Amino acid sequence: MLGINDPWIIGVYLLSVLSALLCVAYGLVNWNRGGEKEANEIREEVSWEKGEVQMEERELGL
Amino acid sequence: MIAMDILLLNIIVLIYILAVGYLGYRGWRETRDSEDYMVAGRKIHPYVMAMSYGATFISTSAIVGFGGVAGLFGMGLLWLTFLNIFVGIFIAFVFFGKRTRKMGHNLSAMTFPELLARRFESRFIQYFSGLVIFLGMPMYASVVLIGAARFIETTLAIDFDLALMIFSVIIAAYVVLGGLKGVMYTDAMQATIMFVGMAFLLVMTYSHLGGIIAAHQALTDLADLVPANLASMGHLGWTAMPASGSAWWWNLVSTLVLGVGIGVLAMPQLVVRFMTVKSSRELNRAVLVGGIFILMMTGVAFVVGALSNVYFVQHDGVIAIAAASGNSDSIIPVYINAAMPEWFVYIFMLTLLAAAMSTLSSQFHAQGTAVGRDVYETLAGMRGGRSIPITRIGIIIAVVVAVILGYVLPPSIIAPGTAIFFGLCAAAFLPMYACALFWRRATRAGAVAGLVTGTFISLFWLAFVHQKEAAALGIAKMILGRDVLITSMPWPVVDPIVVALPLAFVVTVAVSLATKPPAEEHLDKCFKGIG
Repeated sequence: MLGINDPWIIGVYLLSVLSALLCVAYGLVNWNRGGEKEANEIREEVSWEKGEVQMEERELGL
Repeated sequence: MIAMDILLLNIIVLIYILAVGYLGYRGWRETRDSEDYMVAGRKIHPYVMAMSYGATFISTSAIVGFGGVAGLFGMGLLWLTFLNIFVGIFIAFVFFGKRTRKMGHNLSAMTFPELLARRFESRFIQYFSGLVIFLGMPMYASVVLIGAARFIETTLAIDFDLALMIFSVIIAAYVVLGGLKGVMYTDAMQATIMFVGMAFLLVMTYSHLGGIIAAHQALTDLADLVPANLASMGHLGWTAMPASGSAWWWNLVSTLVLGVGIGVLAMPQLVVRFMTVKSSRELNRAVLVGGIFILMMTGVAFVVGALSNVYFVQHDGVIAIAAASGNSDSIIPVYINAAMPEWFVYIFMLTLLAAAMSTLSSQFHAQGTAVGRDVYETLAGMRGGRSIPITRIGIIIAVVVAVILGYVLPPSIIAPGTAIFFGLCAAAFLPMYACALFWRRATRAGAVAGLVTGTFISLFWLAFVHQKEAAALGIAKMILGRDVLITSMPWPVVDPIVVALPLAFVVTVAVSLATKPPAEEHLDKCFKGIG
């Protein structure tokens, strides 16, 4: 098959292509999932960034 | 005619350098503070993120070094492509990436060692890991440099040492100035160039050899040409796995496939990329881009590397390794220069320089932050923007060391050099990293014990057991009077990762179970929002 006799090599040749297809399928199915926590995290991030600035001001004596 | 071509080439390269310079400058302009510098402000487009991860992961090391190894070993190396996609993309993004992103966010960690250190509340973890990265990575960075330099050497026949130097200076300049944001923009551009270049290479190779099946069949028919010394080590042809248990088999499976295939999960410069995306959705999308990208890079490089044997036999009557004068690092450059049209050789050289630049810049960036943030800040007890100058000095030192190593390392070094670093990272960091993400019961003592065990067993194995490195280092010879501690097969060809990684896992788990569990309160903070 495919000009290759060793089943381990035919197997991995196909497996490589199939695993790439798995990635494509996963990406398409979940294209819009997992974004819902965003708003919450952005709020958190703003608060840390403020904290970070305060900390730096304290440490650097600005 | 040659003068014209050189002119054309210079123009292409100049445009390329200007584009890279512009993107690096944009990154620099947008870098306002230390957090921007380290993790690119955590808001990066999924295409940029995936391509950047891909471009960092795949380098001249994968294309030139491992492609050349495929020219020597054959298509068995495709197991590495499979692991690169399945482990390096699918498992890494879907299982490790999402948790890393969330935990990195919860702990406001900016580097890989920092994430682990905060999860386990241990400063030791941070500076020890920082040191392992800073001291171990130059080996990997330097083989990537060699890969690019070999190609320039073959293609342009210009002074290799000088090209190496100029190339290093350009990379150093934009990493030092731009931080990670600059690195990620240029990476995404380079990944796009790489993708197009590899697609061309695949199509042209197959069509040159009469189509997919005819090309494979011709390669299968070459099995009789395997040199006697390789055949005695277990080489059974370029479309067959090596004889099970032979030296060749251990080298392929334990060092090249497992070392690099598993090691990728714990590569600091790749893990930090998970902390740069704003939500899991970006990681889901990046899986799609990454899977195809890796297939087009390593899959194509390994298939073409193996098939180059058919080309060389048909044209020159010798197999690939003989056509490359015995240096597997030269197989891909020699093949492309011989078999491809001249314009393609130039584009491909650009592709490779792009690949080398993107990987190197991330490596230098990871080394710089390792020394600035993880070692200096942790030991000096300082926080904030003060470590940026130290980080930049760290990057410059990293570049200099990599260039020096580039001059002194021997031929056929790219793939084994990469495998050493990947294997070391896997053994040192993977047990602690996996436990950090998936096991609440893991303790500081367990993590530290696993880190130290993995690091030192790997180093011990390299110096005393694994024939290739032990013989080159000569420490075992000095102390024991022979190259390796255990001379009976298969031990001298068993890669450190096969022993060090499982042992480090066992130690991490056993010590964790024997020590007091971490405070619930701290765990709740770490695992907030993680299923």
